[in-house]
Amino acid sequence: MRSERKVWSRIRTLTDGAATGLAVLSTVLVVAPLVAIFVYLIYKGASSLSLDFFTKIPKPEGESGGGMANAIVGSAVLLAVSSAIGIPIGIGGGIFLAEFGRGTKLANAIRFTADVLNGVPSIVMGVAAYALIVSPQKSFLPFTGHFSAFSGGVALGIMMIPTVCRTTEEMLLMVPNAVREAALALGVPNWRSVLSITVKTASPGIITGCMLAFARVAGETAPLLFTALGNQFWSTSLNEPIAALPLQIYVYAISPYDDQHRLAWAGALVLIVLIVAAVALVRYVTSRGVLKGAS
Amino acid sequence: MGVGIEVINLNAWYGTNHTLQDINLHIPANQATALIGPSGCGKSTFVRCLNRMHETNPIARVTGTVRIGDLDIYEDAKPVQIRRRVGMVFQRPNPFPTMSIYDNVASGLKLNGYTNRRVLDEIVERSLKNSALWEEVKDDLKKKSGASLSGGQQQRLCIARALAVDPEVLLMDEPASALDPVSTSKIEDLIFELKSQYTIVIVTHNMQQAARVAEKTGFFLNGRMVEFDSTHKIFTNPSDKRTEDYITGRFG
Ligand SMILES: Nc1ncnc2c1ncn2[C@@H]1O[C@H](COP(=O)(O)OP(=O)(O)OP(=O)(O)O)[C@@H](O)[C@H]1O
Ligand SMILES: [Mg+2]
Repeated sequence: MRSERKVWSRIRTLTDGAATGLAVLSTVLVVAPLVAIFVYLIYKGASSLSLDFFTKIPKPEGESGGGMANAIVGSAVLLAVSSAIGIPIGIGGGIFLAEFGRGTKLANAIRFTADVLNGVPSIVMGVAAYALIVSPQKSFLPFTGHFSAFSGGVALGIMMIPTVCRTTEEMLLMVPNAVREAALALGVPNWRSVLSITVKTASPGIITGCMLAFARVAGETAPLLFTALGNQFWSTSLNEPIAALPLQIYVYAISPYDDQHRLAWAGALVLIVLIVAAVALVRYVTSRGVLKGAS
Repeated sequence: MGVGIEVINLNAWYGTNHTLQDINLHIPANQATALIGPSGCGKSTFVRCLNRMHETNPIARVTGTVRIGDLDIYEDAKPVQIRRRVGMVFQRPNPFPTMSIYDNVASGLKLNGYTNRRVLDEIVERSLKNSALWEEVKDDLKKKSGASLSGGQQQRLCIARALAVDPEVLLMDEPASALDPVSTSKIEDLIFELKSQYTIVIVTHNMQQAARVAEKTGFFLNGRMVEFDSTHKIFTNPSDKRTEDYITGRFG
């Protein structure tokens, strides 16, 4: 009897140890690629980072030196446009799916469309944007009908919509019904309760969804090849082709010059750091208003 | 001041489930009325018909007349107006998790567009005092979230939130079912205090509680109201056999 219990206790200790070990191993496996990429980028790119990189525009083919200032600013412009398009539409769609259209045919159609859109490869997105808003001489949107920053922003913005929409919906559905009922029972109109209570309660998750979508399109190259095109010179105009970090990295990476390869690595490093910084900043700013102890 | 409630031929459904059948009763003003009955008999459904929360469920339906004061709530008013006059406290405390204690209490007013800070401050303080929570939270009204309070404190917070919009009727659906004896007795004391200003309808599974706080008691069974009388009569000398079986515990 006694010894049997001892054996069992031993087995339990072993199983416990094995489970902990597996958990640690998985964690390492998840984190390792990220660390590896980061370390490698620093190793390859850090040495080419200089003040010039952040203040100068690219030198003509073959000359060494120059920087990616225009591409950094260009990426910021593109992402501002795409966020201004993708985030409101995505959040609005998500709110409709979760709060107003539940169970309706329209909601099912929107949900299905969003899921399909999410699976469309980015190059197809680029070609479609090209065919619909870049190549037609007359377009229904401003700043389009030719390669332009705006059409690049539109392409990226549309790519953001499904992620933002579906995470918003999921986060809203996670808000307990008791919270909605509490608001309604106070005599608050439904639309007001949705906007001020339900969406606010779900906002940390919704913001995470927006950041995911943002980070994803920040590194997109293919859709920009057909829309924003890239630019070797300074431009912040929405109506002109514009440079972007991923495009510049692509151009330099396939060039024959070692110097430009190094700049490409540096560009990749900067891109990742900027994405992480943007996500961290948004998280910091939006978390300051949230109270301690809120779940 | 509270107002009386007149319920005439009230029927309610969830889909095809005929949950409430021909309910008739008069709930007197400025008293506490207890509703008792076995689980699933329709008590919650009944109180949700008194502030038109029942119809927020898409499969729900209701017929009949409910008069609060002299307002026919299904004929003469919008749900939003009714719910401002008829406050509700739910079985499980449901504070707004992202809001501070202050904002939770002020939420009913703020969300309806009320912004005068001084008046809001006053109302928040008075409501929290009325719900016996003021002393425990007055130092971190705006620092702590409603979700960081204990369950009993959360329930008193929800009571304060309901009181802040100054209703005439307060519906309480098992307000103490998740609470310890100390919090429960605080809430019972509270009901005693509040009776002078509000008409109170309280659902409870706890018969001692009904006997302690309520002047009138109604016994529900299978969607019907079997007996409605003074609490004393219901607990000492009920006229219906089924009521007697239930309160003496001889009941499945
Ligand atoms: N949301 C709902 N959808 C469908 N049916 C429901 C719903 N809520 C309640 N019902 C049904 O209505 C009947 C009455 O439920 P109700 O919640 O009013 O009972 P209750 O007396 O409050 O019970 P309890 O004491 O357990 O809270 C039950 O048969 C239940 O199955
Ligand atoms: Mg109930």
